[in-house]
Amino acid sequence: MAKGIWVIIEQSKSEIRKVSLEVLSQTRIIANETGEPLSAVILGKGIAELADKVAAYGADKVYLVDDEKLENYTTGAYTSVLNKLIRQEEPQAVLMGNTAVGKDLAPRLAQRLGVGLASDCTGMEIDQENFLKFKRPIYGGKAFADVTSNVRPILATIRPNIFPVAAPDESRKAEVVNETATIDPADLRAIVKDIVMATSERPELIEAEIIISGGRGMKGPENYKILEECADVIGAAVGASRAAVDAGWIEEKFQVGQTGKTVSPTLYIACGISGAIQHLAGMGSSKVIVAINKDPEANIFNLADYGIVGDLFEIVPLLTEEFKKLKSE
Amino acid sequence: MNIVVCLKQTFDTEAKIVIDGSGNIDSTGVDQIINPYDEFAIEEALQLKEKFGGEVTVVSMGPEKAEAAIRTALAMGCDKGVLITDPGLENPDEWVTAEVLSKAIAQIPYDIILVGRIAVDFGASQVGVRLADLLDIPSVSSILKLEIDGDKATVTREIDGGTELIELSLPAVLTAQKGLNTPRYPSMMGIMKAKKKEVKVLNLADLGLNASDLQPKMTVQKFSLPTPRTAGKKIEGEPAEVAAELAKLLREEAKVI
Repeated sequence: MAKGIWVIIEQSKSEIRKVSLEVLSQTRIIANETGEPLSAVILGKGIAELADKVAAYGADKVYLVDDEKLENYTTGAYTSVLNKLIRQEEPQAVLMGNTAVGKDLAPRLAQRLGVGLASDCTGMEIDQENFLKFKRPIYGGKAFADVTSNVRPILATIRPNIFPVAAPDESRKAEVVNETATIDPADLRAIVKDIVMATSERPELIEAEIIISGGRGMKGPENYKILEECADVIGAAVGASRAAVDAGWIEEKFQVGQTGKTVSPTLYIACGISGAIQHLAGMGSSKVIVAINKDPEANIFNLADYGIVGDLFEIVPLLTEEFKKLKSE
Repeated sequence: MNIVVCLKQTFDTEAKIVIDGSGNIDSTGVDQIINPYDEFAIEEALQLKEKFGGEVTVVSMGPEKAEAAIRTALAMGCDKGVLITDPGLENPDEWVTAEVLSKAIAQIPYDIILVGRIAVDFGASQVGVRLADLLDIPSVSSILKLEIDGDKATVTREIDGGTELIELSLPAVLTAQKGLNTPRYPSMMGIMKAKKKEVKVLNLADLGLNASDLQPKMTVQKFSLPTPRTAGKKIEGEPAEVAAELAKLLREEAKVI
């Protein structure tokens, strides 16, 4: 009999990813409704101290797998360890963040277990039989599919920035279970040789609360500086449209849209972006959208909460100054 | 070097999505293209072939009309195509697709399998990785750079906030991210040649499978469209005025700054 819901916690250098806490917080609400135990699973090296933290965010039980071979994420080792643990403990659902790790790990694990996976979900709820069902965007956000599975466990990855992180309750304690990793040489056929993190202090696009994005209207790579200056005042990430990326003005990793990143920030400021359907698909779920564009007919104005028809080269620097004033208040 | 590329025919990214009377996604009149991420996989395969020789086989599962996407890949320079099409495969999930592709690929010699990191229609980002597990070979998702030395590959993979350099043994599945290369357009000559290239059409029985063993693990209960957003406030005036007004509204009304 399958029991309990699991959340796989992603951490790096003993720092828990925000999306893991978002998933844990939301799953706590669901576990309260179903009365099921909620477990957190942490893989890594030197992670014992994280158990109290996930307990404070709602885990009833914490599985720790501490091994130096798990220090960096590798598909093979992580899949192997989790496959064994899930078969042994039989949870009914296993959730994680839809991050670079989640996107690689979850399908591998689902296949190893012979089960279904709901990817990149933006909604979850329980049905009459207390079983989880998920809402996930398809066609880059132009439509949604409500999905479920009658095969246990069901796996799901949850999009960052969808669910709020609950206030931690430091008085909560969890049962801690230490598991040993058995890693087969075949699990290490792909080895991480080096990790190069971008030097930017700005938040990661998919997790950013605020994004300021530039499109064709930016006119050239040198002009992204004005967006960066604004971004740094309000703690935003910088994004771009496909037109700007295809013109070679900015790296692909900054592209927002159906063929780039899908984002759901609290505030999305679109500068010189016309609003092609494939771009809107990637940012249409932002809570508040601002559009600054010279063309009053630009499609982006049809969905912007605040629209300014004007020259972004004049307006954005002035806006940066206004934000500075607000921040210094 | 023998390379397999998995390809999916998808809706054009500019297509508007419509739900028909029976609640399904309506494909009437929608332009069909090669999934854009699969184009990066095709281009990388062709560059490997140009460097090391060998053959590129394109494998796709889908309706009969997906042959058009395979023909485009052949026109770009791929050598052979395999289309798996069967009435029993009308609503596959990612598990079904991976099972079927793995059976077809097992019949083809391969050193490397390239796929797009995501299909822009269902956006699950699962099939390539599932396929690797079924074939019991390593995989790396979302690659930006690939170098091959004998039976070893060194790849750069995109992670959140940076990149990873990964060394792995071949054969392997690699999923292509935008930035890996710039896909070529089919030449006139390529289009002419593609007409004569072989596209093998297989059904489930040809792969020793039957539809009853391929019941999807996932069930779609409902498709829906997002609530349309509407235009909000237009802020007008001199640049300094509109900037001040916007900052004020973002703080006091929207409460997001």
